[in-house]
Amino acid sequence: MSDMDSAPLTDRRMIKGDAIFKGVILALAGSILLILLIMMFEMVKESLPAIKKFGGRFLLGREWDAVQGEFGALDFLYGSVVSAVLAILLATPLSVGAALFITDIAPRKVGNVIAPIIELLAAIPSVIYGLWGVLVMAPWLQQSVQPWLIEHFGFLPFFQGAPYGVSMMAAVFILMIMIIPIITSITKEVLLAVPVSQKEAAYALGATRWEMVRMALIPYARSGVLGAVILGLGRAIGETMAVTMVIGNTPQISLSLLAPAYTMPSVIANEFAETTSKLHASALMEVGLILLVVTLIINIMARLLIWSVTRGDTGARA
Amino acid sequence: MNSKLKLEKLNIHFGATHAVKDVSLEFPANTVTAIIGPSGCGKSTVLRSINRMHDLTPSARVTGRILLDEADIYDRKVDPVAVRRRIGMVFQKANPFPAMSIYDNVISGYKLNGRVKKAEMDEIVESSLRRVALWDEVKERLKSSAMALSGGQQQRLCIARTVAVQPEVILMDEPCSALDPIATLKIEELIAELKEQYTVVIVTHNMQQAARVSDCTAFLYLGELIEFDVTKKIFTNPTKSQTEDYITGRFG
Amino acid sequence: MSTYDFRRRLVNNLMTILLVGAALAVMAPLGIIFFHILKMGAGSLSLDFFTQIPKPTGESGGGMANGLAGSAIMIALASCFGLPVGILGAVYLNEFGNNRFATAVRFSADVLAGIPSIITGMVAYTLLVVPMKGFSALAGAVALALIMIPIVLRTTEEQLKMVPGTLREASLALGVPFWRTSLKVTLVSARAGITTGILLSIARISGETAPLLFTALGNQFWSKKLNEPMAAIPLQIFNFAIAPYDDWHRLAWAGALVLVVIMFTLNLTARYFGRSRQ
Repeated sequence: MSDMDSAPLTDRRMIKGDAIFKGVILALAGSILLILLIMMFEMVKESLPAIKKFGGRFLLGREWDAVQGEFGALDFLYGSVVSAVLAILLATPLSVGAALFITDIAPRKVGNVIAPIIELLAAIPSVIYGLWGVLVMAPWLQQSVQPWLIEHFGFLPFFQGAPYGVSMMAAVFILMIMIIPIITSITKEVLLAVPVSQKEAAYALGATRWEMVRMALIPYARSGVLGAVILGLGRAIGETMAVTMVIGNTPQISLSLLAPAYTMPSVIANEFAETTSKLHASALMEVGLILLVVTLIINIMARLLIWSVTRGDTGARA
Repeated sequence: MNSKLKLEKLNIHFGATHAVKDVSLEFPANTVTAIIGPSGCGKSTVLRSINRMHDLTPSARVTGRILLDEADIYDRKVDPVAVRRRIGMVFQKANPFPAMSIYDNVISGYKLNGRVKKAEMDEIVESSLRRVALWDEVKERLKSSAMALSGGQQQRLCIARTVAVQPEVILMDEPCSALDPIATLKIEELIAELKEQYTVVIVTHNMQQAARVSDCTAFLYLGELIEFDVTKKIFTNPTKSQTEDYITGRFG
Repeated sequence: MSTYDFRRRLVNNLMTILLVGAALAVMAPLGIIFFHILKMGAGSLSLDFFTQIPKPTGESGGGMANGLAGSAIMIALASCFGLPVGILGAVYLNEFGNNRFATAVRFSADVLAGIPSIITGMVAYTLLVVPMKGFSALAGAVALALIMIPIVLRTTEEQLKMVPGTLREASLALGVPFWRTSLKVTLVSARAGITTGILLSIARISGETAPLLFTALGNQFWSKKLNEPMAAIPLQIFNFAIAPYDDWHRLAWAGALVLVVIMFTLNLTARYFGRSRQ
């Protein structure tokens, strides 16, 4: 570093100022590392009573009884995984399609308008999606969509039971709507990172636009798009407010999409402020710990994949 | 000589920039024609107009006519995709598809025709790779990634990929500019062989290369065609003083 | 030559239509949500919203003045905690960023950014609410700061990286001490981009609800002390939306509109600063 060389060597105050400054910024940078470690430590420490008491039973048990002190989180795990995975399955083709539309089909002016709007939508707080979900979408599902599904597809296990509105289906839809802007934005960035030479190679071989997409864009951007999707999955699994507001918060495992369900973040949101016992709080902490571990794995995977395509230049924005 | 390809009063604009001005040229069949000129003279722009690559640039506007076997490829009824099936292109920097194997790269364009039998694909791949003298170097590892090849090999792979589509014209945009002398030599030998079957148009900033590989040479300067003649004449006894200045290295 | 394989053209046209359809399908629900927020929000918004606190159930009228104030206080406090850590942490990464420690810090920031915010709330609860024996605005602000830090850190670092090294060297060569160079030259040169990062992080935390659930908790009344539960707009939207009263729903819509307007203003301003840099 040339900084020490160029500071006048005789002025001790100046050198001291630099040392203090360096110490301060070092401490602040280090505090970020510390925060993460403390968070992990706290989550593990607070979960220990529940981990010790229930062990593996916690993951497979279906009893969640604060009065009896019996806690098993399977219903919440089921709700979280199913709602997030279904939302991703619905959101991915739409998002990738929309991203391809923006980068390769729409006239540049149209794309330049749509892309920032979609990015703005990604910034809308989840509580607002939840507000719309519970006051507009759920009643609509209850009055129109779900009765229709019951009438025409009621023989399928997925569409059985009464139309409640608030349901697994409502959670899947609201999650889908929420993660679409995220997946679309990142996919767009990844697609834009594909070198023009790749597109030209395909076109010069006489490919149609779609064939170019298949030959050049998708294979090149594949891992980045996968990263975007996995990042969306991480968001969906950790999403709290909107899901809590529309999923019905009933711990059960039902094949029917019309039935209410419960997710890990939702049970924390609903119960953590009013726990009845230390064990109850600890059980909720363990639910949080599971959520933390799952999202960490998902996020690290996603970052690596996106980074492999864009060489890190969208990582921070994502 | 009958002309395979003819440019008639070709003008190309990018937004407000007038990049190519009234260029008229004829490319005889089964010959190599070089387009030379200093950077920015519009030589690549002319080349890219011949297989309608400018359709991909919203600001580009091409006027005039380009006739392939007397049919205007800029006619409104003509699909650029069909044009590019008949007029292939090799780029400055080798651009194999990184996610594909050597085999898949070669067959990628041909396969667009629809379902192709495995045996037919094998045959196309082998003959295309043989034509670019790459077969012996890669036949043992057809399934490995194209990115494992050297720069020169990648460029020959891209030529094989273009050849596999069985075009009539092959456009080459400074195909050796990123290669070392030995790889360049191989490509130049290849170009000489290609003209037996194809009409080749090559853009190059390297005058020795133009002299070595081409039968005819066009000299472009500031978007205008200054001179077009058989290569020998251009390099030994040019008509225009600008051409002479350029080939003797007085500018550009 | 004017035609080629019919099948290929068909597939191409079909896929183009599908992609346009996907784009429309993406825009439609988002458009509908936006429409509802505007319509319901505008219909429910009045001066009272900004001056009154919520009325008890059954009484009509009332506003979210306490929530607005609470959000403002907690965001300001969170910024006091979070911005120095984020910005100066980024200065460290930019100046000494090529060692293992810095990589660990960057990695931690990325990991922190991906942690569901409800978990941040749980940790703030165990670290602050439990020892302080009560829900508090302070705990809420800390939780928000934790969310803010990684965003500010990474955007600031990216901006600092773009400051040409020659500028710093010029300053150092003039005998300006390192710390002054960092603060007055490097940071100031990147101020537009850093402002973007700050605004985006504020936009983000102004809508956060989950981390406040077990920290600030919410409050039906005015709260003046930082060690007491405090109202916040997102919390109020949540509580009013899931309550069965139409009056409260109206308030929630009005709150949503106000929040969206604040959000979009912050984002657009951030974009403006982000653009003027280029």
